[in-house]
Amino acid sequence: MDASEEPLPPVIYTMENKPIVTCAGDQNLFTSVYPTLSQQLPREPMEWRRSYGRAPKMIHLESNFVQFKEELLPKEGNKALLTFPFLHIYWTECCDTEVYKATVKDDLTKWQNVLKAHSSVDWLIVIVENDAKKKNKTNILPRTSIVDKIRNDFCNKQSDRRSLPLFSRCCSSSRTPWCSTTNWTPSSLSMWSTSGPGVSVPPGALDCWVFLSCLEVLQRIEGCCDRAQIDSNIAHTVGLWSYATEKLKSLGYLCGLVSEKGPNSEDLNRTVDLLAGLGAERPETANTAQSPYKKLKEALSSVEAFEKHYLDLSHATIEMYTSIGRIRSAKFVGKDLAEFYMRKKAPQKAEIYLQGALKNYLAEGWALPITHTRKQLAECQKHLGQIENYLQTSSLLASDHHLTEEERKHFCQEILDFASQPSDSPGHKIVLPMHSFAQLRDLHFDPSNAVVHVGGVLCVEITMYSQMPVPVHVEQIVVNVHFSIEKNSYRKTAEWLTKHKTSNGIINFPPETAPFPVSQNSLPALELYEMFERSPSDNSLNTTGIICRNVHMLLRRQESSSSLEMPSGVALEEGAHVLRCSHVTLEPGANQITFRTQAKEPGTYTLRQLCASVGSVWFVLPHIYPIVQYDVYSQEPQLHVEPLAEDFWAQMCRDFPLPASKQSVLQFSSDPVYWSWRQTPQDSLLAGIPQRVKFTVTTGHYTIKNGDSLQLSNAEAMLILCQAESRAVVYSNTREQSSEAALRIQSSDKVTSISLPVAPAYHVIEFELEVLSLPSAPALGGESDMLGMAEPHRKHKDKQRTGRCMVTTDHKVSIDCPWSIYSTVIALTFSVPFRTTHSLLSSGTRKYVQVCVQNLSELDFQLSDSYLVDTGDSTDLQLVPLNTQSQQPIYSKQSVFFVWELKWTEEPPPSLHCRFSVGFSPASEEQLSISLKPYTYEFKVENFFTLYNVKAEIFPPSGMEYCRTGSLCSLEVLITRLSDLLEVDKDEALTESDEHFSTKLMYEVVDNSSNWAVCGKSCGVISMPVAARATHRVHMEVMPLFAGYLPLPDVRLFKYLPHHSAHSSQLDADSWIENDSLSVDKHGDDQPDSSSLKSRGSVHSACSSEHKGLPMPRLQALPAGQVFNSSSGTQVLVIPSQDDHVLEVSVT
Amino acid sequence: MAVCIAVIAKENYPLYIRSTPTENELKFHYMVHTSLDVVDEKISAMGKALVDQRELYLGLLYPTEDYKVYGYVTNSKVKFVMVVDSSNTALRDNEIRSMFRKLHNSYTDVMCNPFYNPGDRIQAFDNMVTSMMIQVC
Repeated sequence: MDASEEPLPPVIYTMENKPIVTCAGDQNLFTSVYPTLSQQLPREPMEWRRSYGRAPKMIHLESNFVQFKEELLPKEGNKALLTFPFLHIYWTECCDTEVYKATVKDDLTKWQNVLKAHSSVDWLIVIVENDAKKKNKTNILPRTSIVDKIRNDFCNKQSDRRSLPLFSRCCSSSRTPWCSTTNWTPSSLSMWSTSGPGVSVPPGALDCWVFLSCLEVLQRIEGCCDRAQIDSNIAHTVGLWSYATEKLKSLGYLCGLVSEKGPNSEDLNRTVDLLAGLGAERPETANTAQSPYKKLKEALSSVEAFEKHYLDLSHATIEMYTSIGRIRSAKFVGKDLAEFYMRKKAPQKAEIYLQGALKNYLAEGWALPITHTRKQLAECQKHLGQIENYLQTSSLLASDHHLTEEERKHFCQEILDFASQPSDSPGHKIVLPMHSFAQLRDLHFDPSNAVVHVGGVLCVEITMYSQMPVPVHVEQIVVNVHFSIEKNSYRKTAEWLTKHKTSNGIINFPPETAPFPVSQNSLPALELYEMFERSPSDNSLNTTGIICRNVHMLLRRQESSSSLEMPSGVALEEGAHVLRCSHVTLEPGANQITFRTQAKEPGTYTLRQLCASVGSVWFVLPHIYPIVQYDVYSQEPQLHVEPLAEDFWAQMCRDFPLPASKQSVLQFSSDPVYWSWRQTPQDSLLAGIPQRVKFTVTTGHYTIKNGDSLQLSNAEAMLILCQAESRAVVYSNTREQSSEAALRIQSSDKVTSISLPVAPAYHVIEFELEVLSLPSAPALGGESDMLGMAEPHRKHKDKQRTGRCMVTTDHKVSIDCPWSIYSTVIALTFSVPFRTTHSLLSSGTRKYVQVCVQNLSELDFQLSDSYLVDTGDSTDLQLVPLNTQSQQPIYSKQSVFFVWELKWTEEPPPSLHCRFSVGFSPASEEQLSISLKPYTYEFKVENFFTLYNVKAEIFPPSGMEYCRTGSLCSLEVLITRLSDLLEVDKDEALTESDEHFSTKLMYEVVDNSSNWAVCGKSCGVISMPVAARATHRVHMEVMPLFAGYLPLPDVRLFKYLPHHSAHSSQLDADSWIENDSLSVDKHGDDQPDSSSLKSRGSVHSACSSEHKGLPMPRLQALPAGQVFNSSSGTQVLVIPSQDDHVLEVSVT
Repeated sequence: MAVCIAVIAKENYPLYIRSTPTENELKFHYMVHTSLDVVDEKISAMGKALVDQRELYLGLLYPTEDYKVYGYVTNSKVKFVMVVDSSNTALRDNEIRSMFRKLHNSYTDVMCNPFYNPGDRIQAFDNMVTSMMIQVC
């Protein structure tokens, strides 16, 4: 700035006052050089090295050279600027060491001693080179040696170094206040007080001088500038104002003008000295009413005048600082002012300045100034009797680590002393914020999920970190709790806990960082959440965005958070629900405090405020954040019944046996994996064998009293097996076993009564019962695929087809519980472990019944005592078992077959009713307490007697030994009637003529494997006499298509029924076809051969095209038992034809 | 040579402040805090020009009777304030500039530390600052 304002070419100032330079030594020599020196020296530009970062300046300097006299040297304390000799020069021409040793050295020493005696350290020794003398004395030593000697003798290193800079500084400063540029800062003035290290002045003299200089400069500026210019240059002049204020303040303190009692005699003496030192006022200002001189004199003359002037200056300075936005500087001057007011016993005036400064330091987080200002404020508040404010400031100071231990203890004691005073109005509370007293660090619930049932005990353990330097006895610590009835509170809390990831339910509170309100650390982290708003009608996305949940924390006013000094509206909540802990001594540092409460009303409890009372002083944490809640719930008693069939553990033990000792260890271990196995109930229970069912009674708010029992109404087909050793276990709510008791079960015909063990509320009773579902005959019987079956079972059949799952039965049990007048109905589902099918096997006329038992369950069983009995009344029928073993294992997912031969002596009955029964027991159980009912299966076999024998034969062409491919062979089919007229023959196809009965049959030759080509008619209708050994022979021609052993083509036999006149007259052709195809489809079930179906279909379509519109006869398949194909399974050898030289090649 | 060195955050709270142990620490805290007025003034007055010239050195902020207070501002508006003894005339503008550059380099090192959380109090600064305070006495 200097550089830019310096005009080019420089303004030449003439010097009114020239710095005095004394000359000693060779006066003649000096006189000889003086004219040159006085002329040349001012022309030589000199560098003025200026401090404070300003650029060096080149100046021209004149000096006033005077002869050295001891009287010129200033006396002690007298440092008159204008008469002060700045530099002492010793002149010598000496170039001879001998002369130097003889005279010059002594003279120099004397000169130096005089200078030293007057503390003058700025000197210069000049050795002038004389060319003439040098020429005369050729043997003379070089001049440099004299210089070296002088340097050795008189210049120690320090003074040598200092001499030049000082010279330049003194010269420059001589013109400083009067010719400086417009930038007025104390720097130019402060030079004076620091220049001349050897100059000593009476205390305060320099302050006076600086004060006067400042004011004079300011006055000059005011004199030559208009108001607007002054205002625009405040930034440059305010430093002088501040400096003057500071100097006047220190003068005031020095002269005892600020002390409470006024100046003492010593102070007065000092004042008189200073006023005398000022001398007479300069004539040019002496006549003016106002001058800096007069101002200073007046200010030092009385306490009142000083106060007036000091306040004027201070206020002016503060105002100027404020006007240019230098708030910090203004506050700092204000603090000085506050100090002054405190000295003057006017704390009410000091407070505002201290508060202002403190607020500023708090806002910017300057710890040391905060502490210092707070200490001043504490004193001020104490004087003002602002008890609440004082206590709060004290608590802040007691927790301030920038203070010494002693100071902290003092402020802590101040609080404790006040708290222990008996208060004049009992019940009056002084409410202070808690953070300076103690901080809430963490909180932990027991139970850790913070959910407790009505009447349960909840513990809240908090860690409070006491900031006080000494142990503090606290009468009570209270947590105010807000109660709200909320639905789904349990779920909400669980969600909350998982969201906050509190391991073991510990909630941590962020530490409060009071001293750094603006630092980013003190701000809580942003809690951002996604937000989706969907249209209620079609659930389409309407709006999406991000929500900041803790915006109230982030956007609160900075002031309110920083002005913690004032007990600003910390309201004490008075709630109905409180957690209380009495008589706690808080040691410095972390303290554990446990609150214990018994849950009463169900709902959500939110911890709001934390208060600690020390006498009448209450420290309050107004909001506990993050939100802490606990939930109290009430639960209705519940009964839960679930199947606990063969558990996985038991199965493991059976499949992989372990040594007994190890087994027991494993069985009773509380390994969670094992536990989960046991707990996993199976889908359903198995019918027919004893099964375990687990009963769980959750007592809820109900207390199980002695004599309380569960009344089970017995289901018809389900037994409850009473076992002597069954026990009930009572668990607490947290699944800790609390007791165990034997279960008493009493059964009557209709009701089973289970007496419950005594259990308190909110406990769980668990016990197991064995139940047995009796196999009920109708539900199990009649599984028939082959033959006609009863209609009700069709559903079961469908079910099995789709899922291959077990047939199930539901048993409903009604249970009366002691806590309710209503019965609980529980359905238990039992699955039948077996699936049974039967089939009829023939060998000529011999008949066999085969029963297949399939185990669908996961268990292995032992089958025993299989029976098949005829429930009909045919007496001559015999069922001969072909099974040898009485005991037979049936493994999981495996099947076992049983076969009986049917034997009869007379005519067999057209149908046979059978009942199959087999005893079964689980293979794993060695002994069962009860005998189990056998498994039964009923079925009916109809038309099982063989009526016709079909025999087919293929002969090679005549003259050939073997059949050949491509050559026609003859197929002979022989159909033989095996019995005379029977009951089953009596149908529409039977015709009678002359006592002879005959029936119409249709045969059909089909080759599914396409081995044979049937030439000519493949089907035909024959009239079969109904008499034993009646035969019918059919001849056909077939051609083998392949060589090798070929199975014979199938020959099928149908009953050919004449058309029903009643039917055909009413039905048109289409519905007739439909009707017929229905009947075919029905048989298709029994012969699940799709190709045969197709071929048969083709026959019908051929027939229908021939006899379209005419009534058509119907076909009915003969039941499987009535036809025996004696040639099934036979093969005929076909050899390749010999004309294999024909090779067909097709090129595409 | 320096009697007090301070690093001040953008928000004007001290990140680091250290003064010669022989002197009254509080005095320097007040001094440095008050100097922020001039720092703010200088930044706002010639902020644009400073950015253009990449001139971070603010020069002498204000002198007091016994001390000179110098300022420096980084591009991220972190301020460095240094107090030197007025009587120490050996310290010229260039020396002060180089000391600030040294300080800036050290501050950059601190910021490069992945374990340092920007805005936290600076801990690992003492060695460098001590060397700058002792260098010439």
